[in-house]
Amino acid sequence: MSELNELYQQTILDHNRNPRNYGVLEDADGEADGHNPLCGDKVRIYIALEGDTIRSARFEGVGCAISTASASLMTEALEGKTLDEAEELFAGFQELVTTGQDAMDAIESLGKLAVFAGVRAYPMRVKCATLAWHTFKAALNQETATVTTE
Amino acid sequence: MRAAPANPPIYNIEKIRGDFPALQELMRGKPLAYLDNAATTQKPQAVLDVIQNYYVSSNANIHRAVHLLAQRATEAYESAREKTRQFLNAERASECVFVRGTTEAVNLAANAYARPRLKPGDEIVVSAMEHHSNIVPWQLVCQATGARLRVIPMNNRGELIMEEYEALLNEKTQIVSVVHVSNALGTVNPVREIGRMAHEHGAVFMVDGAQAVQHMRVDVQELNADFYAFSGHKLYGPTGIGILYGKHEHLESMEPYEGGGEMILSVSFEKTTYNDPPHKFEAGTPNIAGAAALEAALDYVMSLGVERIAAHEKRLLEYAHETLSFNRRVQLVGTAAEKASVISFVMDSAHPHDIGTILDSDGVAIRTGHHCAQPAMERLGVPATARASIGLYNTTEDIDALARSLNKVAEIFG
Repeated sequence: MSELNELYQQTILDHNRNPRNYGVLEDADGEADGHNPLCGDKVRIYIALEGDTIRSARFEGVGCAISTASASLMTEALEGKTLDEAEELFAGFQELVTTGQDAMDAIESLGKLAVFAGVRAYPMRVKCATLAWHTFKAALNQETATVTTE
Repeated sequence: MRAAPANPPIYNIEKIRGDFPALQELMRGKPLAYLDNAATTQKPQAVLDVIQNYYVSSNANIHRAVHLLAQRATEAYESAREKTRQFLNAERASECVFVRGTTEAVNLAANAYARPRLKPGDEIVVSAMEHHSNIVPWQLVCQATGARLRVIPMNNRGELIMEEYEALLNEKTQIVSVVHVSNALGTVNPVREIGRMAHEHGAVFMVDGAQAVQHMRVDVQELNADFYAFSGHKLYGPTGIGILYGKHEHLESMEPYEGGGEMILSVSFEKTTYNDPPHKFEAGTPNIAGAAALEAALDYVMSLGVERIAAHEKRLLEYAHETLSFNRRVQLVGTAAEKASVISFVMDSAHPHDIGTILDSDGVAIRTGHHCAQPAMERLGVPATARASIGLYNTTEDIDALARSLNKVAEIFG
């Protein structure tokens, strides 16, 4: 598979075209805005908690396929995870897109998120993939300032 | 793919491409189609040689020591200034101040000319299509002086609305600073007319020429610009060197920009006497090698002829417009009647960033993003665009590669 096909996998194209969990989350326990000033991508993440478990996560925003699909797949992956598990997922995801953890190994720990393995071949696009995650962390901490990738 | 235009070649493009080592590089295994010339241009071997030769045989500090190397360095530096004078048709070489680039040039004019002069209520006029570097320095002046920033609006094609500009001008207008050619849209602004109107209201007129000098002949006397700025690296020269042209009367009356060596005549702890322009604005050891290389770049462009370059680029721009019109997904952003060889566009299903990555995989280098012109993007209702920009060495093959790769974008994104 060429690097390009690996980057734009069907799952990513599908989540870009039909993002899941898109829209406002009423009664959110946390929300935050993320911004990539280099390309103008903007994302808002909402989360609702039940104890220390993420009951629901939703997002809104405009961005490239990588950042939109990342936000969409992230909200799916976070649902039902404890905060510790979410933290682990983020660390694993970051490793996947930056250091290039083997995609096959990643499927075990990251599930569907492993489709982002192709990002590692494009260092300029790593920020697109991680913007939603950084914004999710800010939403958890109820940070008021907009998160930027810079 | 359609056949290349049958028109006779304007110059020997194969020979010219051979002058640029970077164009021979393979990108991801594919020949490079470099269409990001508005960001920066590649450098001809003649420019690279001058940098090397300078450090080998002329490296010394300027205007000081009496040894031969210092003499060569000083001559190289001042010869570049004289070449710049010819290039811009300035009246005097001393009207050409060496700076790091257009950004520093605007900051120099803003800080050394505008800041000490402007009062609360005074007005500075810029346009809706400015690069951030012709917005932020003036905002800083406004903050410091209480002056107010006014903006000439543009229409949906990306052309300034001259009636609105006229309505903005009044006795409080002190400075009008406008981009000659928009980096984001390619629009060529009617700067002579804009300057004439500014002068009628007693305002000083500055032009950001960063995207203009490589595409058209610029004559600062004919334009009657008070200040004109450009960068070497967008003109086939090195990074870190650029020019602020300023009319002698202005430069002479201005405060220094930075203090240090070179910009003084005498220094004591009681009183320092500043040097004459341009040296007054060139504190510290300057980018001597950069200046020498800028001269080589100007030589290259002038020997080819700016008019011939413009004709070549115009032909390619028309070819590109026609070729891209076959891809229904491609929508141009910026369709001014007067346009330089910049093609800004969006595609309905693919974000500019994704377009950029897919093109990159085919060796096609373009720019994606807001092009440091966020207000212009906002005005036209797009967060970002993809931008292909043509230089003197581009060919119809480069445009074909762009078009092929854009078809691939449409395939992937549907």
